[in-house]
Amino acid sequence: MPLYHDEDQAMLAETAEQFMAEQGGIQKQLRHWRDRNCKDGFGHELWKQFAEMGFTGILVGEDHGGLDMGHVEAGIVLEEIGRNLTPSPFLSSSVLAATALQHGSDDVKTRWLPDMVAGEKVYAVAIDEGPKHRPERIACKAEKSGNGFRLSGKKDFVVYGASAEMIVVAARTSGSDSDEDGVTLFAVPQDANGMSHDSVRLVDSSMASHITFDGVELDGDAVIGEVDGGRSVLNAMLTAGRVGAAAEGVGVARGAMDMTVDYLKQRKQFGKLIGEFQALQHRAAHLYSEVEIARAVTIKAAQLLDGESEKAELMASVAKAKVAKAAGLAVREGVQMHGGIGMTDEYDIGLYMKRDRALQEFLGDQYYHANRVAELSGY
Amino acid sequence: MSDPESFRAEVRDWLEANCPPEMRQPVRDEEDVYWGGRNASFKNDAQKAWFEACRDKGYTVPEWPKEYGGAGLTPAEGKILRQEMASIGARPPLSSFGIWMLGPALLHFGTEGQKRRFLNEIARGEIRWCQGYSEPGSGSDLVSMQTYGEDKGDHWIVNGQKIWTSYADEADWIFCLVRTDKQNKYQGITFMLFDMANEGVSTKPIKLISGNSPFCETFMDDVKVPKSYGEDIPGYVGEINRGWDVAKYLLGHEREMISATGGGDRASSLGAATSRQGELDPVLRAEMAMFDVDALSFTAMSEKFMDELKVNKGHPAQPNMLKYAGTELNKRRHELLMAAGGSRALEWESEETSGGKTARSWLRTKANSIEGGTSEVMLNVISKRILDLPGA
Repeated sequence: MPLYHDEDQAMLAETAEQFMAEQGGIQKQLRHWRDRNCKDGFGHELWKQFAEMGFTGILVGEDHGGLDMGHVEAGIVLEEIGRNLTPSPFLSSSVLAATALQHGSDDVKTRWLPDMVAGEKVYAVAIDEGPKHRPERIACKAEKSGNGFRLSGKKDFVVYGASAEMIVVAARTSGSDSDEDGVTLFAVPQDANGMSHDSVRLVDSSMASHITFDGVELDGDAVIGEVDGGRSVLNAMLTAGRVGAAAEGVGVARGAMDMTVDYLKQRKQFGKLIGEFQALQHRAAHLYSEVEIARAVTIKAAQLLDGESEKAELMASVAKAKVAKAAGLAVREGVQMHGGIGMTDEYDIGLYMKRDRALQEFLGDQYYHANRVAELSGY
Repeated sequence: MSDPESFRAEVRDWLEANCPPEMRQPVRDEEDVYWGGRNASFKNDAQKAWFEACRDKGYTVPEWPKEYGGAGLTPAEGKILRQEMASIGARPPLSSFGIWMLGPALLHFGTEGQKRRFLNEIARGEIRWCQGYSEPGSGSDLVSMQTYGEDKGDHWIVNGQKIWTSYADEADWIFCLVRTDKQNKYQGITFMLFDMANEGVSTKPIKLISGNSPFCETFMDDVKVPKSYGEDIPGYVGEINRGWDVAKYLLGHEREMISATGGGDRASSLGAATSRQGELDPVLRAEMAMFDVDALSFTAMSEKFMDELKVNKGHPAQPNMLKYAGTELNKRRHELLMAAGGSRALEWESEETSGGKTARSWLRTKANSIEGGTSEVMLNVISKRILDLPGA
């Protein structure tokens, strides 16, 4: 498969680009909800529009109302989300939760997928326990109780958790905290008794929950996949999410870079456009190289994932780490090259820096993933 | 094109019958590379047999037309041949600047007569060429070059000095940029072709920080260069005073080639390879991991670039970006190899290090971001042609 978008994908990219610029722009969405101190942190109406466009069901099979497309296509939408800093539960619902649910029984799929595809519901995922992403260790417990389970423990960084009608929770059903086996995924409904949210606003204006499960009673049919065999579903979900987060990061990087390069062509100092200074030209050119390379490896990872290649997991980590490096550079250079105005809230470049920071942490930062690349490569 | 799978089977059979086992070993040293030319000698019978089989089949330059010594393969067939050669580890039968540089220039700018003579000589490994571009005072600013050819009617008298002429001391002919109009900077250069055996041509090898090198200085002292070598065979490529067009075309071609191959062996993990020789310090391991992230990402970029090139997608100035990123990456790779190697890697002459290979390679890579356009020039080109920054 050639490493670029085919005709259908190029068309989707054009559609997504236009749609997101018109409906998902910074003024219309991010600033709008932020300035109103919206507790959701995103617009439900836009989520409906995502559904009308078919985006919500990109990774969902046709049986459940989806488009049955792949991660390259999801990445196309995410890149536009990133470029416009569009607050959206797309990554959590339509990539992460959708991937987990696809591994569930027909009942699980039928119960949850169509509503999400229709834009009626949004879902979240609860993986992290503590401030850093360490999915190898799952301590949150689900003990057998009657025909179901009783869930106890804490989860952190559950993005848009308080707004989610259902949360996919990774919990331990046997063994000790760091065991590979003994993990089970549950679909926990919003109204579950004993679940409490401490919802906080993050640096990028998105909302995330610290969740406490205090003996939450779950039916057996809340299980997604196999009891004790959830690690493979969790891994599939994480790989999909990381490739998706990388694609969004590419969008953030490109948005920040485009804004900065434009600024270099407008801003005058010392009687010259600052873009005439070679000191800035070379930094901009270096940034361009890094962002292009990050984009290439992200598309590569998505293609490998769609092709069910055994290399997909490694390349997902490579992409997540590379994008973190490139996008980090893009936003730092962006603020610096904008000078004083780059520090003002009125100007958008700082919003890219904030979003990048949150996205860096989500599903593992560059240090986590570089280490993972080393481990998967055998050192 | 023939059916791809039957062509592949045909190629496989041919390689099986014609590529000796010795020629399926990795190239170890300079002697393993066959460059051709008047004074060429083969290292062994296997090298000779492999070269001659390829020459007779047109496989020294598979995609050149048959009448010019190639096999007339389509790009798709060429790719299959390369894949099959790679899968058995076959060495290139013939290496030469004629194949890589002059050939493409002649295919694009040459007359029919030039193609018939010079391309065939290149394809058959009869004439070994070298490239006369840089001068002591003209590196990145190549167009400022001063080597001058005085017009004497049917010939020029050339005086001047070239530098970084690879293998000039072993080459038979040179393709050389010579100023033929001092008033006109860009449109005053001619792309000349002449015999290194001509009176007045002399060469001197250059020793590098890495040791001996193929690079030479080439001196031209009243060298007579004919304007014609026979009917339809001009002694220059393109038009008189328009050699800069040819040079620019070739520089682009060269960067594309470096883009496709640059960065060294990136498919394998550097951290995995070095950790086999001993435990890496934790911070070095971390740097290796970050390097592997960048290297694997760059591999994807190269793949994307090559895929887009085939269908004319992608920005035409993109090779400059790949050249920049790939060569900087390769330098980093060798810094890490030195760090992992410790004091053993410092050895300059020992047998265990094959004559200081690690250290010499490390030093040699410092030229990667200088030769073929410096990293700084690449960044200038990206600023101007891709980012469209003002005054760049």
